[in-house]
Amino acid sequence: MASSVIDDAPVGLADAPARNINMIEAINDALDIMLGHDPTVIIMGEDVGYFGGVFRATAGLQEKYGKTRVFDTPISECGIIGAAVGMGAYGLRPVPEIQFADYIYPGMDQLISEAARLRYRSAGEFIAPMTVRSPFGGGIFGGQTHSQSPESLFTHVAGLKTVIPSTPYDAKGLLIAAIEDNDPVIFFEPKRIYNGPFSGYYDKPVEPWKTHPDSKVPEGYYSIPLGKARTVRQGDALTVLTYGTMVHVTAAVCREKGVDAEIIDLRTLVPLDIEAIEASVEKTGRCLIVHEATRTSGFGAELSALVTERCFYHLEAPVERVTGFDTPYPHSLEWAYFPGPVRIGEALDKILEA
Amino acid sequence: MANGSDGTGQAGHNRPALSFHVPEPKFRPGDAVDFSDLKITQAGAQARPDETCPAIDTAPLANDLIRVLGEDNRAHGPWDPKLDPDTLRRMLSVMALTRAFDERMYRGQRQGKTSFYMKCTGEEATSVAAAMALAADDMVFPSYRQQGILLARGYPLIEMINQIYSNRGDKLKGRQLPIMYSSRAHSFFTISGNLATQTPQAVGWAMASAMRGDSRIAATWVGEGSTAEGDFHAACLFATVYNAPVILNVVNNQWAISSFSGFAGGERATFAARGVGYGIASLRVDGNDALACYAAEQWAANRARANAGPTLIEHFSYRAEGHSTSDDPSQYRSAQERSEWPLGDPVMRLKNHLIAMGEWDEERQEKLDLDSAEQVKAATKEAEKNGILGHGLHHPFHTMFEDVFEELPWHLEEQAAQAIREREIKWPAA
Ligand SMILES: Cc1ncc(C[n+]2csc(CCOP(=O)(O)OP(=O)(O)O)c2C)c(N)n1
Repeated sequence: MASSVIDDAPVGLADAPARNINMIEAINDALDIMLGHDPTVIIMGEDVGYFGGVFRATAGLQEKYGKTRVFDTPISECGIIGAAVGMGAYGLRPVPEIQFADYIYPGMDQLISEAARLRYRSAGEFIAPMTVRSPFGGGIFGGQTHSQSPESLFTHVAGLKTVIPSTPYDAKGLLIAAIEDNDPVIFFEPKRIYNGPFSGYYDKPVEPWKTHPDSKVPEGYYSIPLGKARTVRQGDALTVLTYGTMVHVTAAVCREKGVDAEIIDLRTLVPLDIEAIEASVEKTGRCLIVHEATRTSGFGAELSALVTERCFYHLEAPVERVTGFDTPYPHSLEWAYFPGPVRIGEALDKILEA
Repeated sequence: MANGSDGTGQAGHNRPALSFHVPEPKFRPGDAVDFSDLKITQAGAQARPDETCPAIDTAPLANDLIRVLGEDNRAHGPWDPKLDPDTLRRMLSVMALTRAFDERMYRGQRQGKTSFYMKCTGEEATSVAAAMALAADDMVFPSYRQQGILLARGYPLIEMINQIYSNRGDKLKGRQLPIMYSSRAHSFFTISGNLATQTPQAVGWAMASAMRGDSRIAATWVGEGSTAEGDFHAACLFATVYNAPVILNVVNNQWAISSFSGFAGGERATFAARGVGYGIASLRVDGNDALACYAAEQWAANRARANAGPTLIEHFSYRAEGHSTSDDPSQYRSAQERSEWPLGDPVMRLKNHLIAMGEWDEERQEKLDLDSAEQVKAATKEAEKNGILGHGLHHPFHTMFEDVFEELPWHLEEQAAQAIREREIKWPAA
């Protein structure tokens, strides 16, 4: 193995030199570290090479590591994922980018029928250690083809892990863990919060990451284990289960309303940190689930079922879900669609009054 | 050599070591541009086979470049469609209008009137001239860069602008990203943001037309970058298997956002040559030559109508501007490419042709440009009365839930009520 960044890592993360960076920079940093650390890591995708990606997540990496490690691909998501399966079979650790989650569908057969099942059907002879990065979610007036949150299509598939970071710190550590993971990981990046956390008020100026504590990102290698949730805020009034952009929107609403919520950022949807969920709901007795994705068969339905099955006798109110509506993501009515402060606020009131 | 003397592979004996190829464009930002190695054929030099010829007879044309307008601004050779001056003037005026429209809508986006815009500057002939060679009721399945088709078919400017502004006048109810038009009345299929999906759909429409003994044909447009999608290959296969009356237009504008055509296979073969392998008649035309674009489309339409099957046309052109308002091409390509592009500008070339014919002059061109700009400006003013994006003049909230299905199921009714209640909470007065 090439000279390991891990060996150079300081003993305590808190002692590491850190910089305040945004989520794109954190992702770029994670990719940079993994390219340097592991010669089998490669990055490919539409416009990721010379240009550095339409969101700049791979900026400078081709120049630094060369075209054999970081390269552009044809506009074929099927080809991108299929080739990543083949590279994985060879022994590489591909990190393909799908330009928008909305464009992952041509690659679905390769993901669902192939990547997800390679280990199972070959009894471990072949694996697909790939991390598929893709920006997802709305809030940028991207219309129906640049706004979707299709995570539950993937959480429903046996053999895929699904990871969604909500801060620069987590984005870096989780991406490193995802790349090191020997199973296929879908890594959805909430594009609305690439440049700053979001309160849910689209008409207020964007707050940059620099001023947010979770934008303080240690230099060098660190990883955050998959399958571990993060308690954003401890509280007693209710448990909020959420992830991605909605972590920040929910936190802002709770702050504004003075609700003493325990907010849990799931970070990994599969495998899920069920212990953290149970412990919190058993403590608070109330549970709100918030996601931007459409409601029907959304991941919130799974969470609601789990909480009901496992914490029923601790519940003092029915579990509530706040979600996007069951329509394609509209363009002009984007902010009527988005599960913003009013929808969350109403649900909080309802749960707390029950 | 990888092989042993008996012709079988021997493990670990490959010499030299395998090497990995990644395509690289000739020029990057700051590079001096020299296009002298592009094979630019002589206008008029290409043979024009009969429209009902066996597909294989077109193979030489898939590697050639059909051109009509010469350096002398005259029309040459068997592909000259011999259009009358009125038709040529109309072609020029629609192309000029397309350009004026793009200019103003681009500016509108920059002024915050909408979220997004895409120009087709330099590619006007590939949509306008091609559309003029089709019948008004032939069904088109465009990509997002064929606004010229709508203008050629007389779609009102104000409807386009309403759509771009996503305002309450927008016939698509503000649902779609700007420029993702749809007009059944103009036989213009609803545009998808997902690349190349329209190509097998066009083939299916053409198959249906053939099944029903109809006389209408279908045509689709797709960028060269998007031909990488599996959908395009499915389209070619279905087109050839069912001998479908369809025209597959590939607009090769050299760039797909930051990726040059080499990432779609352009380093090895022309895009027209793809058709040859499928047994589809294939033509490669100078996409900045409006007469050549017209002639090729007309040839393909005649072929389809004669039950002689599909045609793939590669329009060889250049994307003169950025991919979209979200793009900055100076980051990845040389700015000189546009000025050095050896096939010139389609509007200029058609204008110069009409002048050479004695059917046009600079004053009339100036007036045309001015009139086009005025026409767009007037339509913009009208459209703005219906609102611009994000300024409150949108469709009622309930419309968000309509058309998901033909009827609203209970859960969408409930969600619609929720959305309307939220509106009342957010804007009590409204
Ligand atoms: C399935 C899918 N993948 C990726 C994209 C993102 N995307 C939008 S346009 C584009 C480039 C298309 O280039 P090309 O087909 O050459 O057409 P041009 O824009 O040059 O007209 C890309 C990659 C998309 N819209 N759909």
